[in-house]
Amino acid sequence: MIPFLLRRLGITVVLLFVISLISFFIVTLAPGSPYPWGDLNPKIDEKVKEAYRKKFHLDRPLIEQYGFIMGDLFTGKLRSMKDERPVLERIGERLPATLMLNGASLAFALSFGLLWGVFSARRAGSWTDGTSTFLAFLCLSMPEFLLAYAVVILCVHQFAVPILGLRSYGIEFPNALSAGLDMTWHILVPAIVLAIGSAAAQSRFVRANVLETLREDYIRTARAKGLAEDVVFLKHALRNSVRPLITGIGGLLPALLGGAVVVESIFAYPGLGRLGYDAVTERDYPTLVAINFIIATLVLLGNLISDVLYAVVDPRVRLE
Amino acid sequence: MNANPLIEAEAVSPEAAFATPGQRVWRRFVRNRLNVAASGVVVALAVISLVFGIASMAKIPFPSDPNATSLESKLRPPSAAHWMGTDQLGRDVFSRVLHGSYISLTVGFVAVGVALGIGTVVGAISGYCGKWVDQVLMRAVDALMCFPTFFLILTAVALLGPSLWNIVIVIGLVSWTGTARLVRAEFLTLREMEYVRAARALGQRAPAIVFRHILPNAAAPIFVTAVLGIPGAILTEAGLSFLGLGVQPPQATWGSIISDAKTYILDAWWLIAFPGAAILIATLAFFLVGDGLRQSISTQTERK
Repeated sequence: MIPFLLRRLGITVVLLFVISLISFFIVTLAPGSPYPWGDLNPKIDEKVKEAYRKKFHLDRPLIEQYGFIMGDLFTGKLRSMKDERPVLERIGERLPATLMLNGASLAFALSFGLLWGVFSARRAGSWTDGTSTFLAFLCLSMPEFLLAYAVVILCVHQFAVPILGLRSYGIEFPNALSAGLDMTWHILVPAIVLAIGSAAAQSRFVRANVLETLREDYIRTARAKGLAEDVVFLKHALRNSVRPLITGIGGLLPALLGGAVVVESIFAYPGLGRLGYDAVTERDYPTLVAINFIIATLVLLGNLISDVLYAVVDPRVRLE
Repeated sequence: MNANPLIEAEAVSPEAAFATPGQRVWRRFVRNRLNVAASGVVVALAVISLVFGIASMAKIPFPSDPNATSLESKLRPPSAAHWMGTDQLGRDVFSRVLHGSYISLTVGFVAVGVALGIGTVVGAISGYCGKWVDQVLMRAVDALMCFPTFFLILTAVALLGPSLWNIVIVIGLVSWTGTARLVRAEFLTLREMEYVRAARALGQRAPAIVFRHILPNAAAPIFVTAVLGIPGAILTEAGLSFLGLGVQPPQATWGSIISDAKTYILDAWWLIAFPGAAILIATLAFFLVGDGLRQSISTQTERK
């Protein structure tokens, strides 16, 4: 187990370096300038520009800029070009909301996708399976903003339930419990909207896995010795087909974190996605680099955890 | 015990026994009526976007000018004159949806083409060369796969400036990783095949082996991932358009019609329903065709 962990950790460090390169160069290689006053404003003195460039190290070659940005990021000195507050502070105040939203989404996508896929596989080939396949593709085809709007209209307009933001405004909550429930509701609705597509994708994955396992010889043996189909299914087939799902987490996370940009902006949710969108429109380079880097690092850690979990469950992976 | 129709062997009719593998895939694909319907929708969409793409670029007002404003007839519900109603500037939504169709389809096809090209080349090199080349390329793929694709595309498009070709290229440059992994996996099995060893023993050069002997045998699964990649690209473009970073006005796109209608969403359902349905139908059709192909092909390999 130890050599496996060491090798896996080594790869993670290398990937972290590549990720930092990608997140830096995708932002800085783009044409255009990051000046808050625009390129061609004649009222700006050349000296002011010079000072600005110096302040954000824009007068240095790209390689040095990369060094400065990454160095500042790790020491927490990196400041936003927008309001000059430390970038880590700006991200830190959004991080809990983002983790709650994406954690809830991931949990929903995995659990609902599992149930859905198993349901589909159990009835493989029937019209129920056909309908559920069609529904899965319908969910995959649904643009997130369309679904989000439909839900917002339904909740706010029809039922007069507030779901925008992270809490209901203008209401005094008598105790922490009701405030917590209010917040749960505000997280759950966008989380489900965000997760619907991933849940559908996951259900297809689960269905294919279960059907593949059902073709194995030991399933035939289990049936041959006269076990009830439900026992064969739940006890023998399901257990072995659910295992690859652990690796599925790494595939879902980037989709959820990326989709959060749209969903957060519709639900006015104070998460990283909206901070990122604002940073894009303001051309706030340091914040952009930091957000891309931190989100990719979160995904990388998710992958690392799922790989280690997988190796714990399935010893064959450790020798490779 | 429940009989599982998916696992049971198919009845082989006399003429099916003499069919080529391609014909058998085709027959299996056509047997599912949903596949046929979805293919019909895809063909119809392709024709529509070709016709109205030309009309849009040549500025031919057919069926009516999609950019003609008329403030006295703004925000009208669907009627005989305006089949999908009019928007906040009195523009005909029906012609805007038609003229916007080629944007979605172009992004879908070209972005997937770019991704397919890069992914195939990287995957082929990685799978054929193996050793440290494979290590380096696959670690790069792993790193790229950690990024939330939509946000990465959003960042790049916003900084490069939103235009049709920038969007297409950025989506292509970011979404080739899945194809690369698939091609590599195919190459790892195929390069050990006897006919590949025979070709090597005959003294064929690596490019000839890769392109003439290995790649054609990996073509089917690569084609399927390509078709399944199209709806993703269409949805990404719609999302970018919705955030205002799609193809810029006055050109209509399905996402931007909805985005412009944000303020009127409670009063003018037709501004959201019709372009929304267009996106939904287009992506669904491509997903169903891709999935149908995947199933027809995978049953094929299973029986070999």
